[in-house]
Amino acid sequence: MSISTLFENYSEFRHRHPDGDVPHNPYKWAMAIDLDACSGCNACSVACYAENNLPVVGKEKFAHGQAMHWMRIERYWDQDGREFPDRGARYLPMLCQQCEAAPCETVCPVGATNHTPDGLNSQIYNRCIGSRYCSSNCPYKVRYFNWYDYPTTDNVWPAEMNMQLNPDVTVRSKGVMEKCTFCIQRIRGAEIDAKTQGRLVRDDGELQTACQQACPTSAISFGNLVDPESKVHKQWRAQQVDLDKHEQVKDEEEGGTDLRGYRIYEFLAPYPSIMYLERVRESEI
Amino acid sequence: MKDIREDIAWAQINKDVLKSLENPRKLYWVILFIAIAMVGVAVGCEVYQYNVGLGVGNFDNPHMWGLYIATFIFWIGMSHSGTLLSAILHLMHADWRKPIYRFAEAMTTFSLMTAGLFVAVHLGRIWQIYFALPYPNMRQVWPNFQSPLLWDAMAIFTYLSSSILFLYIGMIPDLAICRDNMHSGWRRKLYTALALGWEGTDRQWRNFRMTYLTIACFLIPLAVSVHSIVASDFGMSQQPGWHITSFPPYFVAGALYSGCAAIITLFIILRYVFKFEEYMTMPILKKIVRLTFAISMVWTYLVWVEYATAWFGHNPHDQHLLLEKATGTYAPFWWMMNFCASVVPLILVFKRFQTNIPVLFAVSLLLNLGMWLERWMIVAPTFADGYYPWTWDHNQWPSLVQWGIVFGSFGWFTMLFMIFCKIFPSVSMYEVKEMVYHRSLATKKLQATGELAAAGKGAH
Repeated sequence: MSISTLFENYSEFRHRHPDGDVPHNPYKWAMAIDLDACSGCNACSVACYAENNLPVVGKEKFAHGQAMHWMRIERYWDQDGREFPDRGARYLPMLCQQCEAAPCETVCPVGATNHTPDGLNSQIYNRCIGSRYCSSNCPYKVRYFNWYDYPTTDNVWPAEMNMQLNPDVTVRSKGVMEKCTFCIQRIRGAEIDAKTQGRLVRDDGELQTACQQACPTSAISFGNLVDPESKVHKQWRAQQVDLDKHEQVKDEEEGGTDLRGYRIYEFLAPYPSIMYLERVRESEI
Repeated sequence: MKDIREDIAWAQINKDVLKSLENPRKLYWVILFIAIAMVGVAVGCEVYQYNVGLGVGNFDNPHMWGLYIATFIFWIGMSHSGTLLSAILHLMHADWRKPIYRFAEAMTTFSLMTAGLFVAVHLGRIWQIYFALPYPNMRQVWPNFQSPLLWDAMAIFTYLSSSILFLYIGMIPDLAICRDNMHSGWRRKLYTALALGWEGTDRQWRNFRMTYLTIACFLIPLAVSVHSIVASDFGMSQQPGWHITSFPPYFVAGALYSGCAAIITLFIILRYVFKFEEYMTMPILKKIVRLTFAISMVWTYLVWVEYATAWFGHNPHDQHLLLEKATGTYAPFWWMMNFCASVVPLILVFKRFQTNIPVLFAVSLLLNLGMWLERWMIVAPTFADGYYPWTWDHNQWPSLVQWGIVFGSFGWFTMLFMIFCKIFPSVSMYEVKEMVYHRSLATKKLQATGELAAAGKGAH
């Protein structure tokens, strides 16, 4: 291995997402979350804990902001002057937005976080040295750091609870960054199955993320944005949200101003892969 | 005001400086002992943190970075004034730098070593730090060349190796003096090896001057680039309070500022501890103080540029952050920083304070307190009041482990510095001789032409 391979190959692996580059083909995994359907029940969060071997850090560390919930439900109180029992709240399920031009990817000194050809923002635990620059630059703060050696910490997985750990997912060690992967173990499984059968992953529930599967109101839909027949693709189209724009121009004549689809912090141009559907309410906060 | 005597014998200079290698005042040992004890505290904290995990530093989401990064910038900044004194002022032929540049250059080297430690201490997996180096390997995995953190590592490593080289090369003629005058023993062997057979021939001097000048020219752009790159760690990111174009010059000015203040502190300490009253004179101190004042005003201007950028930039997130700095959790520190770094230096305007040692000692420490707070106020509030409202719900205070390592880093720096000054001549003998020689030549010339009386000079 010589320096020349570095110069020859380096630009090959540098991509400009999502515009001016090779389009994702045949997969681009994306999500749509309907906030009007979300009841803030936290089932998605629990499912994520079970699926992805997230350490349960306990009350004290949770209050300290050291919780490891890849999928978190944020509660925002209405500011209309009413007090608790009558006071309205809004819920926002927040997970890694799998940005196309992810602010976290460019800053990692060792390249531990990368973009995959199917549009995921991947995290390589073995490569991470724990500089935490990715989280510093993340506008959504959805990256979680292993502040302690959780697998050996008391009561994270108390006796026999470790038997329920998902064998498809690594148990992360001390000092590495982790975050939502869109259940990459399921994605890879489905992709490989489809490939061996000489087809593409179907959009009939063959592939579901854990949070999507657990959602009682089906607020979360997940699928292949490249596939024009997928539900996610249809939702994005119906809401006139384009992946490669950092400012959506909606068609007013066709009722574009009434459309509910938006992406969080689009103006920062990270091109997130998750579209949210605004909640419909009588009162504005 | 007494400056170095122009008729001082060269042998006397040798004798005075070499004495510093033998018998410093008792205070030297006290300082060294305290410094080693402080290092002990830091080592203890680091061992604990290494075993348990970074959680013991009280970090959390979103407070990912804390005192380690702030103190890292502080030490990098500290390193800049050594280069200012030894390289920039060398090119400008400012002869007053000559008795003090050696220790300033040593300060550069040791503060860089301290800063480098913080990069390591900060990492979650310190044992994998070599992943950040571009070393050839079978897996064909390279570090990410887009990351400012990687530029940082490279810039610091280049700067550190160049300044060690610069410090060493500038010391060669003095090492030969040590070799010729010290008692036999391990030190003499060390000097013999390091002096590289220096005899002081014309040819050697010519080559020496050329090499020294070349490295000086090389070091200046390097010094500017290093802190600009540290500034890019923040400027290149997307966070409010960090994403500011003026950061590189602002960081460089801050670096020179805190470095100059540290030079005043160390000047006062060395002068007393090693009995350098004859060489580290008041006129020199006055010149550094004036330089520090000038830089402090440049820094103050740039810090107001930063505030103005945030305030008039029409970015609500930046404006919110600025307001939070001035009124929120961090407000006491933010105001203290502005007071220490922008208001306190105003006292240096008064002539009678420019040579008042107790006042200057206190002021120089306050200036560096202000500059340390400045770094902390750049790093921490952005995490507390960043873009995402969900992260505004809790405050975070660094734990004693973090404070312990920061505290110990000052001990580490002092320890290295004090050991250096005891082993190597911290005043450049050959350059003091040059300075005295050139000054006496100038005086003689004036006397010869009879202009001395007319110019009203001669009362040194």
